[in-house]
Amino acid sequence: MSELVIKDLHVNVADKEILQGVNLTVKQGEIHAIMGPNGTGKTTLASTLMGHPSYVVTKGEVLFKGQNILELEVDERSRLGLFLAFQYPVSIPGVTVANFLRTALNARRRAINKEDKGIPVPEFRKMLKEQMDLLKMDPAFAGRYLNDGFSGGEKKRAEILQMAALKPEIAILDETDSGLDIDALRVVSDGVNALMGPHLGVLVITHYQRLLNYIKPQFVHVMMNGKIVESGGPDLALSLEEHGYDWIREKSEETA
Amino acid sequence: MQEKPKVVITKTARRIESAAKDFAFTQADIPAASGLVASYRARAWDAFKKQTLPDVTLEAWRRTDLRAMPVDSFKLPADGAYKDFPSMPEELLKPLVADQHGGQIVLFPGGSKIDLDASLAKQGVIFTDFKTAQEKHPEIVEKILGQTVNVEEGKFAALAGALSQNGVVLYVPKNANIEQPLHSILWGPGANLAHISHLLIFIDEGASATYVHESASPTESSDALHAGIVEIKVMQGASLKFVELQSWGTHVWNFTHERIRVERDGNLEWIFGAIGSKLTKNFSELDLVGEGATGRMSGFYFTDGTQHLDHDTQQNHLAPHTTSDLLFKGALKGKSRSVWQGMIYVAKGAEKTDGYQANRNIVLDEGARADSIPGLEILADDVRCTHGATVGKLDEEPIFYLKSRGIPQKDAERVVVEGFFDPIMQRIPFEGVRERFHQAILQKMG
Repeated sequence: MSELVIKDLHVNVADKEILQGVNLTVKQGEIHAIMGPNGTGKTTLASTLMGHPSYVVTKGEVLFKGQNILELEVDERSRLGLFLAFQYPVSIPGVTVANFLRTALNARRRAINKEDKGIPVPEFRKMLKEQMDLLKMDPAFAGRYLNDGFSGGEKKRAEILQMAALKPEIAILDETDSGLDIDALRVVSDGVNALMGPHLGVLVITHYQRLLNYIKPQFVHVMMNGKIVESGGPDLALSLEEHGYDWIREKSEETA
Repeated sequence: MQEKPKVVITKTARRIESAAKDFAFTQADIPAASGLVASYRARAWDAFKKQTLPDVTLEAWRRTDLRAMPVDSFKLPADGAYKDFPSMPEELLKPLVADQHGGQIVLFPGGSKIDLDASLAKQGVIFTDFKTAQEKHPEIVEKILGQTVNVEEGKFAALAGALSQNGVVLYVPKNANIEQPLHSILWGPGANLAHISHLLIFIDEGASATYVHESASPTESSDALHAGIVEIKVMQGASLKFVELQSWGTHVWNFTHERIRVERDGNLEWIFGAIGSKLTKNFSELDLVGEGATGRMSGFYFTDGTQHLDHDTQQNHLAPHTTSDLLFKGALKGKSRSVWQGMIYVAKGAEKTDGYQANRNIVLDEGARADSIPGLEILADDVRCTHGATVGKLDEEPIFYLKSRGIPQKDAERVVVEGFFDPIMQRIPFEGVRERFHQAILQKMG
C-alpha cells in the first residue's frame, strides 16, 4: 500500500517561511481534508508536494512509496503516482486536450519502456470517451486547446479528467471547489467519488466546508500559520462551519 | 524665465567598411541569352554595377549586417558541376502535397532534371527550367520577366536578374485547374559557390494551381551564396497556392526578392517555411492590384545556432475591396536572431480593403533575439487594417503544469512550442508540408 508521509516540512517562498513544520500521512484509500483560513499555507503545501520551483524546502522530508520525493523532478513525482489538481490551471494554447493527454500517457509508457510506440489510437479514444462521459463532458471538449478560454467549471472538470486518465495513487485537490456553481461542484465531486477506491488516496484542500458535503473525508485537518493545528474526523469540519476558526486559533495560541 | 541649458548632440556616423567590398563576378559571367532576356540581363548588370553592397545605414538593412560575408569568394558553378557534389537526399523528392506530383523539376549546380505529367502538358501547362523556357517558350518568359520585381530595387535583385543560371518557369493556361501539385527543388551543394535562381510563374485567367518550391543544401565547410528572384502573376479570377521551403545549409548567405501580383478576384495562398541558411534577407511583397483580390501569407521560421533570418514583407493594397492576411510565427534557439519587418500599404482610392498582419515569436534561449516591426501606411478612407507583434519567452508555468502530468522537461518544452506553431499549421492545407514543419521542430528542439 502506497502512502504519502510528510515529516516536519518547512518551506520558504521568496525567503519567507510559509510552512513551519507540517506532519501528515495520507494512505491509499483514504480521504483527507485540509481546511483553514486564507494565507495559512494550504496551496504552498500542495505546490511543494508537486515540486513547483518557487517553493524552497528548508527542512523536513516527504516520503512516497518509500522514496524522498523532494529529490525527484516534477515529472518523476507524477509518474510515481502523485497528482495535483490545480486551483488555477494554466492554459496551453495550441495543444488540444486529447493531444495533451496522449502525450502524458505516452510519457508514462516511455518511462517504463523507451521503445514504446505509444498508446494505440483506438484504445486512447475509447478511454477518453468513457472518462469524458463520466464527467458529463461534451466530446468536442477533447479538441479544444487545453484550458484556453475554458470556464471555471470546465477547467476543474479538465483537471479531474486528467486525474481519471493518469490514475494516480495519491491525488491532491487544491481548492477544486473554487469558482464553481453548485451544479459544476456536483459534477466534479461525482467525478472524484467515481474514482475513489482502495487504490486512490485523496488530499482535499479547501477553504469552505461546502465541498465536504460531496466529497466525504475520513480525516479533517486544520492548518494555521503554516502548521496543522488540529486533526479529527468529519465532525471537525462541521464544527468549523458552525463556530468558525477562532476557537482553534485561540486553542493553538494557548498551546504555543 | 530661466534659459534652458543647450544640449548638443553630436552624431557619430557608424563606420562601414563593407562599402569597398564587392563581388568578383564579371560581365563574362552573364549567361548567354537573346532578345528580351538579353536586354533584361544587360539592364540588371548595369544596376548591379551601379549599386554597392547594402549596409546597415539603409533602413531595410539596419538589422542585417553583411560585413562578415566573404563577398569576393563566390564563383558561379560550371556546367555539369553537380557531378562532383553529393547527390540530393531521395527524401526531398517525395511529394509534399497530395500523393503524387503533376510535375517535378530539380535544379542542380550547372544542370537540371525536368518531369511533367503528359496530361498536363497536353492541357498547355508549361513547367520547365528557365534555360529551356528561353529557347522553347520565349513568349511566356516575356509575359513575366522583370514585371513584378524591379532589378533596380536592390543589389541582390540586380545580381539575380543579371546572373541567374537557372530557374523555373510555370505557365498555367486560362481556366485550367491543375489539381496535381507541381514541385521544384533547388539543390545547392558546394562551398564558395553562388547559386542564382529566377522563378517565373504565370497563372492565367480563371486557372488554378498548387506549386511547392524548395531550396536546400547540405551544410558545407565554407560559405556559399544564393540570390534569387521570384516573380508571379495571378491573373483575373485565378488562384494559386504557393509553398516555399528554405532549408539551406548553415553556410549559405541567402537573398531573395519576391513579388506576387494578384489581379481582379484572384486568390493567393502563400506559405513560407524557413529553417536553414547562415543569413537570410528576404523581401516578399504581395501586390493586390485588382478589385476583390485576396492574399494570405503564412510564415514559419525556426532558427538556432548563430543563424540570422530577416523577412521583410509588404502587403500592398492597390485596388478597392482587396483583402490580405499575414501571420508569421517564429521560434529561436541558441544565439540566433530573427527580424520580421512588415508593412501594410493601402493606396489612395483602395477603399474597403481589409489588411491584417501579425508576427509572433518565442525566444527559447537567453542568447537569441527576435525583432518584430509591424507597420501601416494608409492613404485611403474606409479601410480596416490591424496588426500585432509579440516576442515572448517560454513561460515557466505551462512547463511546470505539463511536467506535473509526468511529461519530462524536454518534451514539455516541445509540446509548448508545437502549440505555439499550431495556428500556422492550421493554415497549411497540406499534410506533407505540416509534417515537414513538424520534423523541423523535432530536429531543432533536439
